[in-house]
Amino acid sequence: MDNNHHHQEESFWRKYIFSVDHKIIGLQYGVTSLLFLLFGFCLMMVMRWQLAYPEEAVPIVGKLLGDGGILLPEIYNSLGAMHGTIMIFLGIVPLAVGAFGNYFVPLQIGAPDMAFPKLNMASYWSYFIGGVIMIASFFSPEGAARSGWTSYPPLADIETGQTMWLIGMVFLITSSLLGSINIITTVVQLRAPGLTWMRLPFFVWSQFITAFLLVMAFPPLEAAAVLQLMDRVVGTSFFLPSGLVVSGEVLNVSGGGSPLLWQHLFWFLAHPEVYVLILPGMGIVAEVLANNSRKPLWGYKSLVYSITFLGFMSFIVWAHHMFITGMGSTMSSFFQTTTMIISIPSIIILSAFFITLWGGSIRFNTPMLFALAFLPMFGIGGLTGLPLGFAAADIHLHDTYYVIAHFHYVVAPGTIFAMFAGIYYWYPKMTGRKMSDLLGKLHFWPSLIFMNGVFMPMFIQGLAGVSRRLWDGGLQYAHASGTLQWNEFMSISAWLLGLAQIPFIINIFYSMKNGEKVDRNPWGSTTLEWVAPSPPLPHVNFDSIPEVHRDPYEYSIPGRKRDFTPQTEPKKG
Amino acid sequence: MSDHSMDDIKSHVKVYMLVFASLAVLTVVTVAASYMDLSSGEAIFLALIIATIKGSLVASYFMHLISEKALITWILMITFVFFFILMFIPTIAFFDWVNIS
Amino acid sequence: MEIPYTVEERPDTGLINSKLGIWLFLASEVMLFGGLFSAYVFLRLGAPDGAFHEWGQELNVPLATLNTLILISSSVTMVMSWASLKMNDFKKFKMYMGITLLCSVGFLVIKYIEYTSKFHHGIFPSTNTFMAIYFTLTGLHGLHIIGGMIVNGFLMGPGSKMWKTEPEHFTNRIEIAGLYWHFVDLVWIFLFPVLYLL
Repeated sequence: MDNNHHHQEESFWRKYIFSVDHKIIGLQYGVTSLLFLLFGFCLMMVMRWQLAYPEEAVPIVGKLLGDGGILLPEIYNSLGAMHGTIMIFLGIVPLAVGAFGNYFVPLQIGAPDMAFPKLNMASYWSYFIGGVIMIASFFSPEGAARSGWTSYPPLADIETGQTMWLIGMVFLITSSLLGSINIITTVVQLRAPGLTWMRLPFFVWSQFITAFLLVMAFPPLEAAAVLQLMDRVVGTSFFLPSGLVVSGEVLNVSGGGSPLLWQHLFWFLAHPEVYVLILPGMGIVAEVLANNSRKPLWGYKSLVYSITFLGFMSFIVWAHHMFITGMGSTMSSFFQTTTMIISIPSIIILSAFFITLWGGSIRFNTPMLFALAFLPMFGIGGLTGLPLGFAAADIHLHDTYYVIAHFHYVVAPGTIFAMFAGIYYWYPKMTGRKMSDLLGKLHFWPSLIFMNGVFMPMFIQGLAGVSRRLWDGGLQYAHASGTLQWNEFMSISAWLLGLAQIPFIINIFYSMKNGEKVDRNPWGSTTLEWVAPSPPLPHVNFDSIPEVHRDPYEYSIPGRKRDFTPQTEPKKG
Repeated sequence: MSDHSMDDIKSHVKVYMLVFASLAVLTVVTVAASYMDLSSGEAIFLALIIATIKGSLVASYFMHLISEKALITWILMITFVFFFILMFIPTIAFFDWVNIS
Repeated sequence: MEIPYTVEERPDTGLINSKLGIWLFLASEVMLFGGLFSAYVFLRLGAPDGAFHEWGQELNVPLATLNTLILISSSVTMVMSWASLKMNDFKKFKMYMGITLLCSVGFLVIKYIEYTSKFHHGIFPSTNTFMAIYFTLTGLHGLHIIGGMIVNGFLMGPGSKMWKTEPEHFTNRIEIAGLYWHFVDLVWIFLFPVLYLL
């Protein structure tokens, strides 16, 4: 290859498909994961039909389901398992870490690219293959996985469709590992001159901790996936106990395994995974809040220490998902204690965000609205988690709609709103144009209302004891009868929530051509990404390597001419 | 590592040979120990001790951990904390189980 | 486009990018095998008293001891191939790398003999939980050996052209590949007593 001309003469394939530029890879991640989020959301909308109108033919997509359009229980289970898998592993993690991490971590630390550009490309394509396998599993003769996103054995060992899920997961895990090794190395090695650790924007800190969680927590799940694959393919009994009876017959396996082993290995990943889902969201919200309240982020150092502590603690709380597996009182006391401790840094972070708003001159633009909505929504999600952390309360609430409501409040109006805030906030950097504020507000208000319409009634159902996995939404159970009227309400909210995303989709395309043109720093922001041209230069990002002289959030410092001072501005004298 | 001179490397090579010899001897020792009449607890303890010594030799000298930068050591220490959590908490939980039957 | 610190060390961390990257990767590998070792402990505790020891008697200790020695040797030759490059001796590098590759082939051949003799005696992963974890751990370790052989083979063959243009970068690559290879050796050092001797 002729190195002198190689920037100008990159072919289409090299530039947009097999690109090694972190910005293109970030966009690839972003587009793919948004499509997966939409797809996972559609699965849920189909499920909500069955819950609202049990055993009536599903409109529009009913023909795909066969059987006169009625959603059969096994398909319902598939949709449920795949909804969870797709939303978490193919939607939010790639969006939060793959897209935002890839695009903005190098920009915010003033680096020309990620530390390992080719590894970065491999990470995206591994993710893509994993996604293709997951989608393909719907069309395989066995169908998609049916054992929930948690894939608990023995069910997952004997139910059809699980094999492709496991193979897909191995690819997705590999992708996340490559991506997070890349992010850690980039943050450690490629910080611009003068950018010390305590001058890093909070978003970079959140990505850094997230990447650590992924590196440490994902491999045990990979191990567990290999074991389950062995169980399914070569007939081992890692997770199958002796004398297991299925449909009235003793299963012909060697036995001696333990389903609890899977739960330990799975939750060793999956609890840190919860923080993987939320921390990048917190990082984005911190950026947007500081910028739009025109105040320094309150308690920057305590935020950094909190998020680090949070990351560490997230490894020793996992068995609070397993209180009803017969755990003894010593272990459950231990895990209850650690669970209560981990809520402290979360509260510190949330409080610091609220105090940041205090006395600020707040600009209510679209990214800020989403970031503001994140605060109470995450608060509801977090606080309703506390009863689940106590073994006594958890025995009643375990596996009910209460749990669903709790973690959806954290992830859906929490993380996803933070992602929306990030998209509206950084869109001008990616394209050089702002997104339409009117369409943004048309997106925000209905989303906020209907999100709550979907998830708030689930608390009521869950407290009544309705199980989360019922195909008919609890129709056969007396204890559920008092709360069944909410099913229709929630389903209609869900479909309206789907409609509320249309302005967003229009906005993305409309603003690419017609959005208000902006210069490098439309929001008056202090961090490094706003020093680069919009969009940043291919492969090098900056005109010249920026030099950092200041803390990340110097907004409204008394006695200065402007109400923000970029990190690159030299200190006088 | 550009800070190594020729002589440094030559002295390294001697160390490598020494480590190699100790690894070979320890392998024979651990096999021999397994034929001794030990209780299973003692056998496990001894085998793991020998393996740990061998592992540390490989990590310290072949992987140069003994002269590696602090950052790497920190990452590994954190990893080992999580490794032990992963090893021991499921084990402790195994013994602390409610016997329903 | 130039990524900084691919060859020179960053002053404040004292590291090149790939060094940090490989150690992070190895950290994740520690957790991967950690998960499997944790499974081993869990299954051993769940098995009847002494059953794991008894089932383990089926394994061939002399062959495994030989394999341990082979793998240790390959680790030494790997580090020697790096030291040779440091001493500017490209021929010796090729020789040591060649021995490393030969050792890995030898390791796999012995592994193959072990596996097939088990299958001939009607012992499969599905026989009991010990055999299940034995085949899984050694199989996964074997995959790591194959992965290392591909990398080492590349660095000895087509990849070694880099020695002429960027000797320092190439030496770093050998060091990184070596770190991985020593780790694979290190895993075996623990696998050997845990599976064969206990």
